[in-house]
Amino acid sequence: MKRARAEILSTRKLGAYQVLTLVAPEIADRARPGQFVAVKMPEGRDFLLRRHLAIHQASRRGGWAGTLELVVEPTGPGSTWLSRSTAHEFLDLIGPLGTGFSYPKRLTNCLLVSEGRGAASLYFLAQELLSRHKRVDMIVFGDTMDAVFKPIEAKRLSQTVAVVTADGTLGERGTVLDMLPDVVDRTGAQVVYAAASPSTLQRLSAFCRERSLPAQVVIEERMACGTGLCFACVVPVARKDGSGYDHLRACADGPVFNPARIMWDRWLSDEATMVPTPPGGLPVVRSWPG
Amino acid sequence: MPGVTRTLAVDLGADLVLPTPVMIASGCAGTGRELAGLVDLRKVGAIVSRSITAEPRRGAPTPRVAESASGLVWETGLQNPGIESFLAEELPRLTKSGTRVVVSIAGSSLEAYVRCTNALQGAPGVAAIEVQTTEPDDELERAVLGVHADRLAEIVGACARMATVPVFAKIPHAPSRVVELAEAAVRAGAHGVTLMDSPPALAIDAARLRPALGAVAGRLSGPALRPVTLRAVFEVSRALPGVPVIGVGGVGTGNDAIEMLLAGAWAVQVGTATMIDPAAPVEIAHGIARYLKSKNLASPADVRGRLRVPASFGVAGGAQHDAQA
Repeated sequence: MKRARAEILSTRKLGAYQVLTLVAPEIADRARPGQFVAVKMPEGRDFLLRRHLAIHQASRRGGWAGTLELVVEPTGPGSTWLSRSTAHEFLDLIGPLGTGFSYPKRLTNCLLVSEGRGAASLYFLAQELLSRHKRVDMIVFGDTMDAVFKPIEAKRLSQTVAVVTADGTLGERGTVLDMLPDVVDRTGAQVVYAAASPSTLQRLSAFCRERSLPAQVVIEERMACGTGLCFACVVPVARKDGSGYDHLRACADGPVFNPARIMWDRWLSDEATMVPTPPGGLPVVRSWPG
Repeated sequence: MPGVTRTLAVDLGADLVLPTPVMIASGCAGTGRELAGLVDLRKVGAIVSRSITAEPRRGAPTPRVAESASGLVWETGLQNPGIESFLAEELPRLTKSGTRVVVSIAGSSLEAYVRCTNALQGAPGVAAIEVQTTEPDDELERAVLGVHADRLAEIVGACARMATVPVFAKIPHAPSRVVELAEAAVRAGAHGVTLMDSPPALAIDAARLRPALGAVAGRLSGPALRPVTLRAVFEVSRALPGVPVIGVGGVGTGNDAIEMLLAGAWAVQVGTATMIDPAAPVEIAHGIARYLKSKNLASPADVRGRLRVPASFGVAGGAQHDAQA
């Protein structure tokens, strides 16, 4: 990983997203699909931590050589600040961070499943798969038409695309999971890649296990440093030898994981077990689950 | 003073000389390989390891971090591989980077601390031990082990007697009793003190009516702590002259570090700033060097405790003020 002061070459709005093109040759040269960068926030604000953005594009050759594209979804103060940055400003980046996707050696039919901004890293992956002569099909989901990221790009990169929105404003109305069985059957998918919400990934994981489909997913867990220092963004992952599980860091050990080894119930269960503060006060929390 | 030889090195006593007074605070240096490539670790004063316990800990549920104005609220639940595995795998990686390694140990019973210190006896590459005592006390059934002077002395004393390297006591966040606790730790055998551990904190996600952290309760780090740390360093260094005091809490720039040194710190630790900028400890050291040059001083020790306070201000100034209030 490298640290770079990267100039913003251009910034453009695409539906619900802002796409930044940056000059960062050292990072672009090394970047692989699935990896991300950590962007420093301005001094003197209440948001301190770097923001972590998937690498959407890293150009090594041609007129755009040395550039990096990032997709910003303005959901909080940091991402909103980032989405308002303008051309010729400089951003402090660290990257590429995390492990990228790995590519199938023998299997050929790849299905790429994305929700919202998750599409950013999967389009990058699609290019790499195509250059390895793989077949690429996609399911692209957004809550609304605006949240479907670059549907035309999806079409260009894949054999077939199923566009799905929650409100039916573009493509089919429904969820990724509604489409999944049919698309897998129709395309003869042999490998599944996904970047989506944890709950979708959990169900996708169950589906893939049922069908014995190998899969790789990008997970989002709240990060602090993004560089592996702080152990904030951990995910419970079963050990290969079945002797238990470890808390692995999404930033340094992921963000790409084999979903079959993620202990989804343990990872996502806090919602269900959350109770109001007891009258005796907050429990002393040391180590969970011990 | 033409021809003065300027150095950033600080001598903490007991053969512990750091190349710069800027250390990386506990829990912010990963497992030893993450920082390589982003910062030259030989230019870092020392790395304090994440807190190691006798047995492995998986740590707290996620989310483990939330932002708040001027600080981070976090709870990792001391995720660590346990002392045996740490010594076998993590410590060699940390020492290989060429920096000085301070091992932070934590526990919830006297036995746990004794086991860790025992395992660290003669471990190669360990420059010092930092005893972290902000954990709950299982034996005495108290919420925080180290805020009771007698208990702190018992734990720190046991570690200091067994350790083959200097022991620093990391004092829990108890600003009003920090002098009393530091005195107890030093009397028990601590070579120095680290002031202070992160205060307890809570972050709330109002839209979802939920705590922002998976562990519910957390702790605060970051710029918000700096003035509190400054006063703790100021009071303890005046009450315990000659005892190495390390200031930790909110140091992010060279100027922040200089303020700590002026208040009486021998060295500083940098936590949150390292997570945002892995090179921050080196940049802070550069900032100290620039200050030394501008004031024509030879070393950080020349800045230490040089705060000019009115003669009328008593030795235990803070305590007097409290008494009058």
